[in-house]
Amino acid sequence: MKAVCLATFLLATALLNSGAAFGADVSLHGFAQGQFTPRVTGKTPPNAEGGDFILGEERLRLNLDASNESGSARMNAKADFFHDAIANTANVDLREAYGEYNSKYVDFRAGRQVITWGVGDLLFINDVFPKDWFSFFAGRPLEYLKIGSDAIKIGLYPKIFSAELIVTPLFRADNLPTSNRFFVFDPFPQVPAAGQQTQLPAKSLKNMEVALRIQREIAGFDAALYFSRGFWLTPSPMPDNVAAPTSVTYAYPRLYTFGASIQGSGLGGVFSAEAGYFDSPGDRSGTNMSIPNPQMRSLAGYKRPLWKEATLGLQYYSEYMFRHLSYKGSLPAGFPVRDRFYQLATLRFTQLLAHDTLKLSLFGFFSPSEIDYMIIPEIQYHFTDELWAALGANVFGGRNGDTFFGQYSKNDNVYLVLRYEF
Amino acid sequence: MMRYLLSTILVVFLPASVLAADAVDIMRKSQAVFLYPGGDFRARVSMKLVSKGGGERVRELSMIRKNDGEPGGNQKYFLYFFKPSDVRDMAFMVYKYPAKDDDRWLFVPSLNLVQRIVASDRRSSFVGSDFTYEDISGRDIEADEHKLVKEEACDGRGCSVIESVPKGGAEYSKKVSWIDQASFLPVKEEYYDVQGGLSRTFTADEISDVQGHPTVTKRTMKNVKSGHRTEVVFSDVKYDVGVADDLFSERHLRSPPKELIQ
Repeated sequence: MKAVCLATFLLATALLNSGAAFGADVSLHGFAQGQFTPRVTGKTPPNAEGGDFILGEERLRLNLDASNESGSARMNAKADFFHDAIANTANVDLREAYGEYNSKYVDFRAGRQVITWGVGDLLFINDVFPKDWFSFFAGRPLEYLKIGSDAIKIGLYPKIFSAELIVTPLFRADNLPTSNRFFVFDPFPQVPAAGQQTQLPAKSLKNMEVALRIQREIAGFDAALYFSRGFWLTPSPMPDNVAAPTSVTYAYPRLYTFGASIQGSGLGGVFSAEAGYFDSPGDRSGTNMSIPNPQMRSLAGYKRPLWKEATLGLQYYSEYMFRHLSYKGSLPAGFPVRDRFYQLATLRFTQLLAHDTLKLSLFGFFSPSEIDYMIIPEIQYHFTDELWAALGANVFGGRNGDTFFGQYSKNDNVYLVLRYEF
Repeated sequence: MMRYLLSTILVVFLPASVLAADAVDIMRKSQAVFLYPGGDFRARVSMKLVSKGGGERVRELSMIRKNDGEPGGNQKYFLYFFKPSDVRDMAFMVYKYPAKDDDRWLFVPSLNLVQRIVASDRRSSFVGSDFTYEDISGRDIEADEHKLVKEEACDGRGCSVIESVPKGGAEYSKKVSWIDQASFLPVKEEYYDVQGGLSRTFTADEISDVQGHPTVTKRTMKNVKSGHRTEVVFSDVKYDVGVADDLFSERHLRSPPKELIQ
């Protein structure tokens, strides 16, 4: 680990010094960041390694960028060297590392890269790329919600549309809250930890994921079509025996998606709409309780300024399950039932003050179908151009302990982040 | 004698609307030379935000503008940020329409996300500075009633002094502009708030000739009430660069052509 850090530093320094000699532009930027996230409910999960603390960590980000004179060739690498003060371990997180080639009508990029598609605000339909919900629920800065995909991106830009094709040879799953830091709902509490395992899709050529987006402007609106062939990003629990399970395998079933989105200005604000059909070939009939059955996901959003430096955003999101009756019939007695029509509303309020040095924000998720919520108030203050701090909270609640947000109701936490950027 | 009499009669009986027409004409010419010179334009912009106590913050960006037709018409803007660190590599694109809300897009590099952002509040501060979005990209001439108040010397030039009063809601109740009669550039502007008090002052601190276009290369906007001010310097200014229309696209928001943003 120390050797890796040292080697990276030496490489970065050498590149910076030699960049000019090769006619390349090389830059090194990054930040140092400390963060603490205590749980404030006074309750501690049984296997919690950090007691009241969900996070306590220090990070050093190095972002190395180099490009040739014309800009046709470029590389970028972002790595976090971090110390987890709860587990007292140090590690490297390679956030992104890619090379790219740009020409007039085509470009491509290969390596680990963050990809964000769709028009939702913290709601993702056609964005079939991995997310880190652990980081999000623990109050890490928003950029940590996205995980890099190990992928090849090919961009085509003929005059009439633009297309992005993403080929992902190796699957990366969502990172979800774990029971050593969070209270999480366990559908099979009788199965001991030793009997629970995760099974990623085999590293085979036939499991390569493919995603395509085609975009163009139509009458002042940004319109896009999407297609993907890959896997569900969150695992499905597959017990060996539904009635009396002794082991559970968490697997990632196949998923095909077909979607569209549109975004444009109107009524003094910005309108967004997005929809996606989630075809789940592993359980089209809905009779396998472990595999999600086909769904229609959609969202509509509107954001507008309220007053000076203040904006308000509202969204409505839904998931419609096509085989709900068969799904219900496949569940063992006493198992929590998901709604046929899941609905979620969100609200975002942002106010900038004192020449943008002070930012007050509030984000809320409310589900009228599952009756649960998550609220994130935050204050961010820039002491200087380089140094900022954020103080915020993640507040969860719900009628039941097995719903998406409701299961976290004992995890209300407060987070403090201090970052120096260079 | 007869001639003198006639012209006196003309001036005395000149309807106010003719004077207003003169004022509108001056404002149109001023807008054309201040915000629309050249077919396109590129500059490196450095903004220094200075608080009353002297604390300084710096924003550095590349700004590219392309006109779509005649002065007073649609424009496209592309801004790429170098400083401060938390907005480095961020890019901002505006399709400006004089008579309706702009279309605006923002690229957030940390999420590799391009999003449309709300645009209807033109009075919001531009990146925390004392300039509003409207100050940067201009205001529809038709949105104000303009009146030529007087002509006087300012900064050693002959200036037309024009009072502009918004027809609808605006950040100010009145703006007084000193327009250089030779170049038509605004040399000074005073903004008055709804209570009638002086709220902000604009000064053109340096005017340079770039490819035959008189260009304000240094300017300051000061908030008289808070004592906060923003000093802006344009460097590497170039007109008629030959900016292609496809620069103003989502693709280039994510990865702008290097030769344009240096």
